[in-house]
Amino acid sequence: MRYEAPETIEGACRLLAAEAGHARVLAGGTDLLVQIKTDVLDPDLIVDIKKIPELRSITSDGHGFRIGAAVTGAELKEHSALRAAWPGLVEGANLIGSTQVQGRATLGGNLCNGSPAADSVPALIAAGAKAQIVGPNGRRELPVEDVMVGVRKLALTKGEIIASFTVPARPNGGGDAYLRFIPRTEMDIAVVGCGVSLVVDQSGTCTAARLALGAVAERPLLVAEAGKALVGTKLDAKALEAAAAAASAACRPIDDKRGTKAFRIKVAGVLARRTIEMALARAQGKTGNSH
Amino acid sequence: MLKHHVQTTINGDPVEFLCETDETMLDVLRNQLNLTGTKEGCGTGDCGACSVTVDGRLVCSCLMLGVEAGGKKIGTIEGIASGDKLHPLQQKFLEHAALQCGVCTPGFLVAAKALLEKNPNPTETEVRYWLAGNLCRCTGYDKIIRAVMDAAQEMRSA
Repeated sequence: MRYEAPETIEGACRLLAAEAGHARVLAGGTDLLVQIKTDVLDPDLIVDIKKIPELRSITSDGHGFRIGAAVTGAELKEHSALRAAWPGLVEGANLIGSTQVQGRATLGGNLCNGSPAADSVPALIAAGAKAQIVGPNGRRELPVEDVMVGVRKLALTKGEIIASFTVPARPNGGGDAYLRFIPRTEMDIAVVGCGVSLVVDQSGTCTAARLALGAVAERPLLVAEAGKALVGTKLDAKALEAAAAAASAACRPIDDKRGTKAFRIKVAGVLARRTIEMALARAQGKTGNSH
Repeated sequence: MLKHHVQTTINGDPVEFLCETDETMLDVLRNQLNLTGTKEGCGTGDCGACSVTVDGRLVCSCLMLGVEAGGKKIGTIEGIASGDKLHPLQQKFLEHAALQCGVCTPGFLVAAKALLEKNPNPTETEVRYWLAGNLCRCTGYDKIIRAVMDAAQEMRSA
């Protein structure tokens, strides 16, 4: 197993593209090193991307934020402007693992590990985040909801890596939230996760809404029908009920040790309603805290 | 495959070592550098027994490659006491009997020290969440939490 730590994205792409055997990107390593240790993976080449400055920084301008793919959960939490603009996104990322894991685990790694239950992904999708991808043929952009195509399967081609995520500036009257169901209070994997981002105008009418679910299908889902059920309403009980029903209807989960299909479908609706309520409270300037 | 030549700093001292790609920082600390205070529990980032700091950031050394230590500042349990003088956290763990078998203790101490450096006045809830990634099968946690809260108070008034 070879180890390389290039200092440019282009260098990383070249190494990944040129490797005849199995190559893996190392960001935080909190999934990769476990998979190597447990013989799930046996890569010939590991490309550590943490020495590439563009991947390790958060920048912002009037249009929004660019979050490097190798920025850790702990660093996201310490970025006060990002936290103020997109608290749901930061809280989702901060639900991954322990303090120790937060010191290493990255947004790009959480997505590219390819787990449908990845906690940072629904909030990224709800926020309308775009993955900025670099590869041997240059740069391209994909909405985050289109990056995972199945369990452990990504829409990335050989030599491509995610360099960063771009997230728009928080719109006036906007709020976001992420909630997950786990049977304990910490250190667990989502049975269902839900991310919501919405905007309300001064009359209290919802003008935009995106809802995404995790752990209820082979990949995180953007539930367009749930957003549609909210836009144009005053986010009253009837609208929330319709969005919750749309969320449950979008689920195509599996039975496993964490929960049954029927349980996940029901919980998706309950979480959808609660997450919408929290995002609305934030949009109205009230604080909402997931703990 | 040639071994990697890594130059790093551990507990303030410059250190160099050779390692294979698949050797974790935990392997290097214990097997090469004889710093066996850092313990291996699960080896998969779930138990916190191998906690160290890297450039001040708390991490599991089992989830880090040794080769990644190049140019970093690593902090381990061996760097917590000053010579024979115990760190207040170590003293309070003794006073509160916050350990039994002791395997988790270095990880708890390294993690708790990282918390108090960031937040000298944590609430009990903050301590419990911060230490949620450190598992102890002996104490039931309450004694550990009390020891950390007591040490925090003593360090604030020092």
